Amino acid sequence: MQEHTQLTQKEINDGLLKDILTLPKWWLPAVLFLAAVIVTGLSAFFFMVYHGVGVTGLNRPVFWGFFIANFVFWIGISHAGIMISAILRLTQAEWRRPITRAAEVMTVFSLMAALHTPLFHVGRPWRVAYWIFPYDFDRNIWPNIKSPFVWDPSAVGTYLIASSLFVFVCLLPDIAILRDRVTSPLIKKIYGFMCLGFRGTPRQWKLQILAGILLSAIVLPVFVSVHSIVSWDFAVLVAVEGWHSTIFAPYFIIGAIHSGVSAVAMLMALIVWIYGLQKFIKPDHFDAIARLLIIVATTWFFFFFLEWVWALYNLESPEIALRELQAFEWPYAPLFAIFVIASFFIPVPLWLFKRCRRSPMIMFLTTLLVNIGMWLERFLIIIPGLVRRGHMTFDWGTYHPSLIEILIVVETFAFVAFGMLLFAKVLPLIPLFDVKEGMVLRRLMKVGRKTIPASMREGLPHHYYEKDH
Amino acid sequence: MTKRSVLGLYVEEDSAADALDNLRDAGFGEGEYEILTGTPYPEGTFGEAEPKHKLYRWPLVGAVCGFTGALIITAGTSLAYPLLTGGKPILSIPAMAIIMYEGSMLGAILLTIVGIIFESRLPRIFMGAYSEKITEGYIGVTVTTDESKTDAAEEALKKAGIDGDIIRGWKE
Repeated sequence: MQEHTQLTQKEINDGLLKDILTLPKWWLPAVLFLAAVIVTGLSAFFFMVYHGVGVTGLNRPVFWGFFIANFVFWIGISHAGIMISAILRLTQAEWRRPITRAAEVMTVFSLMAALHTPLFHVGRPWRVAYWIFPYDFDRNIWPNIKSPFVWDPSAVGTYLIASSLFVFVCLLPDIAILRDRVTSPLIKKIYGFMCLGFRGTPRQWKLQILAGILLSAIVLPVFVSVHSIVSWDFAVLVAVEGWHSTIFAPYFIIGAIHSGVSAVAMLMALIVWIYGLQKFIKPDHFDAIARLLIIVATTWFFFFFLEWVWALYNLESPEIALRELQAFEWPYAPLFAIFVIASFFIPVPLWLFKRCRRSPMIMFLTTLLVNIGMWLERFLIIIPGLVRRGHMTFDWGTYHPSLIEILIVVETFAFVAFGMLLFAKVLPLIPLFDVKEGMVLRRLMKVGRKTIPASMREGLPHHYYEKDH
Repeated sequence: MTKRSVLGLYVEEDSAADALDNLRDAGFGEGEYEILTGTPYPEGTFGEAEPKHKLYRWPLVGAVCGFTGALIITAGTSLAYPLLTGGKPILSIPAMAIIMYEGSMLGAILLTIVGIIFESRLPRIFMGAYSEKITEGYIGVTVTTDESKTDAAEEALKKAGIDGDIIRGWKE
């Protein structure tokens, strides 16, 4: 990446903290609107609790509907947040600097949104505590650890704790900057308490850099396990033949990366438009993430293709019936067409052109399409799998989502947006210290008659550069 | 003995490195002075000693603790209510392995976080001599030493060309 603007530390502080230290005019109306959507969704939930899950469209044979499709979608979005941050940190990709924080924060709020829906889905959320926390019951009955419904909370819980702490540790230097910038003594004290007295000694910086790398290395296997376990919710079920697939774990993971990296690209465009941070997130960054997306989308499409080939190759009638239902029967056929076109056939050819890759608007629209497609993918895996007609005619049925389910699903989207806006009001969405470090490592140097940014690897011990490599 | 903390601010990296040289020449030890910056610099930029740490041990200890805890929970709960389900053994290794894996990772992450904070010498309640200009790009060199040596420290800091005046910190 040669597109580089050298900014002073003061300019970076001023640019990235302006919306925290002042209140933009649009902020309050936006937050109030999102809060209203959340309240509406929560009202729908309480209506459901009062009247029972009969108010949803869930009925035999479809007991998993919008809620579970939405759960898998948000778990997917949450994955790429940490994944993109962790992989780019581990490979020390320079273009990661302005986007890691937003991706990590999106992970945290997406995971919270993901946890909404299965909790709401069970109808009596307080009883979930029995599955998650193994406490001794009157009759000495313990949770069944052989059930995926115990694996799920252990994996998602680990991931939520890990990603929240990851965000917190990486925030310490930036909270210290805020402590030094705010004028109110009370808020200064709060930021001072939150940053734990960070001062910026060489030891603290070394540990910060190591924290990013070490936590990335630990969180990546958790990220892989979480979506594998979510996929096993389906793959280990006896009842639905179409879900018995060994490909589900990697297929779900690559699908999660596809939708999640796309969500990060959407977020980048929104940050540029809403906060006017084009000095920090440049066309080069969009170009880089679009190149990554081409690889991810193509790999995802390969797995999608394999799932179909392996399903049809063995000529088992339940598999063929399921594929027919997904691709050729009303109302799933048009949804299937939208899913395939939106997730692959429109965005990927566009990303092959440099002009498209470098345009925030095109990147926003194409990645939005990907996420519409990927939401439909989850819907098309779950609902037709359950709707497929079996031998028992009394077990035939279909699924129509009720208004209650739609409102609750919309609430999860509003919740993530609301959380991101609140976070961005009190803490920076672009890591200041990371951007500043990038400026230090990329000071301009002359090569012949051209002046270009130098770049060296961060985190190496100081004797490294004295050796002859 | 009463200790005092003094701070000099520098605009250029070279001046801060000179200040450290001056402090060493004046007989100050590695534990008495520190560089404070608003951004990470490559190690050794100011000629400071390489910080030693034992961070890599923390996740290993955490993983062992997490694994043990998860083993106790999975095996213990299975044995506490030994109900055969789906023809699987009471202690079903594949199912237990999933929770033990997550337990190990959770333990590793929690202790890594504790390790990062501990090894960073945080939380720090008293800031000592500190300036908000450090997070604006100034490089601070702070000396925490006996009151009798502060004049020598100030002299060494000034000789490297500080920006503004010496900032003095707390007494203890």
